Amino acid sequence: MATEANVLTENRVTYLNAGHTVKSWLLTLDHKRIGLLYLFAISFFFLIGGIYATLIRLELVTPQGDLMTAEMYNRVFTMHGVIMIFFFLIPSIPAVLGNFLLPLMLGAKDVAFPRLNLLSWYVFMVGGGLFMLTMINGGIDTGWTFYPPYSSIYSNSQVTLAGVSIFITGFSSILTGLNFMVTIHTMRAPGLTWFRLPLFVWAHYATSLIQVLGTPVIAITVLALAFERTLQIGIFDPKLGGDPVLFQHMFWFYSHPAVYIMILPSMGVVSELVANMTRKRVFGYHFVAFSSLAIAVFGFLVWGHHLFTTSQSMYAGFVFSLISYAVAIPSAIKIFNWTATIYRGSVSYDTPMIYALAFIGLFTIGGMTGLFLAALGLDVHLQDTYFVVAHFHYVMVGGAIIGYLGGLHLWFPKITGKMYPEIWGRISAAVIFLGFNLTFFPQFVLGYLGMPRRYHAYVPEFQILHVLSSAGASILAVGFVMPVLYFAWAVKYGQPAGRNPWGAVGLEWQTPSPPPPENFTYTPVITTEAYEFEHVEEIKNAGKTETLQTA
Amino acid sequence: MSLLSYFFIPFLPEQASNFALEVDLLYFFLIALTAFFSIAIAVAAFVFMLKYRRRRNDEVPAQIEGALKLEIAWTVIPFLISMFIFAWGAKLYYQMYKPPAEALEIFVTGKQWMWRAQHPDGQREINALHLPLGRRVKLTMTSEDVIHAYYIPAFRTKMDVVPGRYTTSWFVPTKPGTYHLFCAEYCGTQHSGMIGSVIVMEPADYQTWLAGGPKSASPAADGQKLFASLACNTCHKEEDGGRGPKLAGAYGKPVKLATGTSVVVDDAYIRESILTPQAKIVAGYTPIMPTFQGQVSEEQIAQLIAYIKSLGSSSEGASGSGGEAAGSAPQQGSETKKQ
Repeated sequence: MATEANVLTENRVTYLNAGHTVKSWLLTLDHKRIGLLYLFAISFFFLIGGIYATLIRLELVTPQGDLMTAEMYNRVFTMHGVIMIFFFLIPSIPAVLGNFLLPLMLGAKDVAFPRLNLLSWYVFMVGGGLFMLTMINGGIDTGWTFYPPYSSIYSNSQVTLAGVSIFITGFSSILTGLNFMVTIHTMRAPGLTWFRLPLFVWAHYATSLIQVLGTPVIAITVLALAFERTLQIGIFDPKLGGDPVLFQHMFWFYSHPAVYIMILPSMGVVSELVANMTRKRVFGYHFVAFSSLAIAVFGFLVWGHHLFTTSQSMYAGFVFSLISYAVAIPSAIKIFNWTATIYRGSVSYDTPMIYALAFIGLFTIGGMTGLFLAALGLDVHLQDTYFVVAHFHYVMVGGAIIGYLGGLHLWFPKITGKMYPEIWGRISAAVIFLGFNLTFFPQFVLGYLGMPRRYHAYVPEFQILHVLSSAGASILAVGFVMPVLYFAWAVKYGQPAGRNPWGAVGLEWQTPSPPPPENFTYTPVITTEAYEFEHVEEIKNAGKTETLQTA
Repeated sequence: MSLLSYFFIPFLPEQASNFALEVDLLYFFLIALTAFFSIAIAVAAFVFMLKYRRRRNDEVPAQIEGALKLEIAWTVIPFLISMFIFAWGAKLYYQMYKPPAEALEIFVTGKQWMWRAQHPDGQREINALHLPLGRRVKLTMTSEDVIHAYYIPAFRTKMDVVPGRYTTSWFVPTKPGTYHLFCAEYCGTQHSGMIGSVIVMEPADYQTWLAGGPKSASPAADGQKLFASLACNTCHKEEDGGRGPKLAGAYGKPVKLATGTSVVVDDAYIRESILTPQAKIVAGYTPIMPTFQGQVSEEQIAQLIAYIKSLGSSSEGASGSGGEAAGSAPQQGSETKKQ
């Protein structure tokens, strides 16, 4: 079987060997290649953002600001935030895994608008390039939140250039979202009804909705900021007749839903991980599917919970707190359903399952600490402290990035046609889990003790918790480097994966790995629901031969 | 012992205000709730992992569609719990948001990168706040430049200090001692240096402290001098008939505007009238007052307000009884709109 797979990879035209020139990559209209272009781009930004994170944790080992000046520290944490959010997390799963998988999962040859898809990558690269220019020119020091009047009048850093780069990058996000929505509506294979779609697709549909409806608002907001900064048009600065709190409303009207742009695709990945690693249909499919839409819709109505201490009206505070609790429910529903899916399953201990479990654990803590912050009277104490920092890192790293890594492991055989070394996958997942918790759990305690965020120097009694956090960060860094190394190794030396090494369901596993340029040599016709493991040939055959991935 | 204390990691800041214990109780409740759900989910997941681990490579477990009753249970129960937390948090917020009528009023200004405070009898301090034990204290705050936030962890209170408007925060210090004061809203280069101390003293010690230091006049007295030197008194006369409204007795009462609506004469309205006099004209007067933007500092505006306030009870009250007075909102006109 292994030799057979080898022969197949060597003789077959795949999306990878269809062209070897630089031009064949840079002008490709193949969604799979565009997904890989995104993979390399965002991995680069993740590396840069990670270097900034390292500098932050190094500085905070000691209470006094000794590694760098206050001004440099402010630039470092701002660059970390902007890069990780706008240039890594927002594009991560949709642009890499979504691009690669969505047409495959739908039984389509490509997305609805392949040229638009390539354009969105170029727009992203222009935005990202401008932000790198910002970095070379000294970066920005406003915090990723850009609050005026500091950002519009007082900051001496490259705010306008950074604003322009985010403005441009936003269009790439809008184009991807638009493309995905049209693709899901119009490109489904015969018989693939809405309720036969994998939950990954539902999650991406909900995400696209936010990208298309929300991103224009951040574009307007940074444009208004740039006008105030360059032309002195009073929008936010009270000295020019503006209102600084107005900016916060506009900023969070996008940036809170943006949190769901980051987490929803990850939830979609986890549904696939749990189902395939337990060989069970996702418990309560309809509830999991609709909870994604509920999160997308409610997510637009909670932005004011970032403004509980800004002198926003008390009654507005009540409303935003109430709706924030409402948006917690769909997330809870997902967690319960995934856990129930494991029940009476056939549970594999392979790396994707370990990531799925890590997600469930960490996202539960990340989500539940959101309940602390949505509680009005308690948020007065917690707002702008490390408790908030810990909370969103549990959601963004413990949720979004863990899901992304789990997805990369599950679909690595499909993308490359090779298996990664399973043992290293498990070790790195464990190292990341450990390092992550050691980094961010102490920050909850720090926050409640009163440590404000964005502090270059701090009072000495906070040191021990900061040292723990920095120690954890060094472990986390090792955990993040490991997959890069063994993935790179596996691309060259990994065992051929075959069509469906996991015995997974989903149309993407029906086509060879790596897939041919046109995805399918035939038009798939769908007659079953999304998660029916009875019909998976690889599982049936596994009893006879020992080719199935076991490790 | 000292070695032991090095390894002891504190869990709570000191409880030094009327709000501290109440906030902590909600915190403890949420920790218990989070621990319960996290552990329950973790245990369930691990038990399922062990019990239902894959034993044969070709096994396909019996499929379970779902269970409507379970779905309803784990939707409704978390919803009810979350509504309970909402109500608890909202109740606390309501108490924090509504400053009591009788309180020691201290005026705070934030400025890159220091905190200035002025006590009612004139005593000033920088990056410190001396407070008497057991008295209700209300801070009225504004910023000279960017947004800051006045955060006292031991009191569990925090409020943004926003340029162009007044925000308030109140508390009762309940424990003598020295506590941290932090700026919690990122405000530029020396943000982490914009810190200070809150010193809670026995009332007698507070009086001694007030008496010490360089003598300075009360804000109201300074305001009276300013009122004369800026020639406010040429239009705002002590008796009716000036070109501007009479100010004695106006504070805290609603006044009818040229537009037909009413506004309560509070700190925010007076501040607005000094800086943008055309925004809300009192009925019966012509909009002739010039702006004092750039001529008076935030501290001087506060002194003028203190002076106008001190004229408070001397007269029968301002004319006009606006029924729809915007005075029901507990905060001090911070939602004031500028047209």
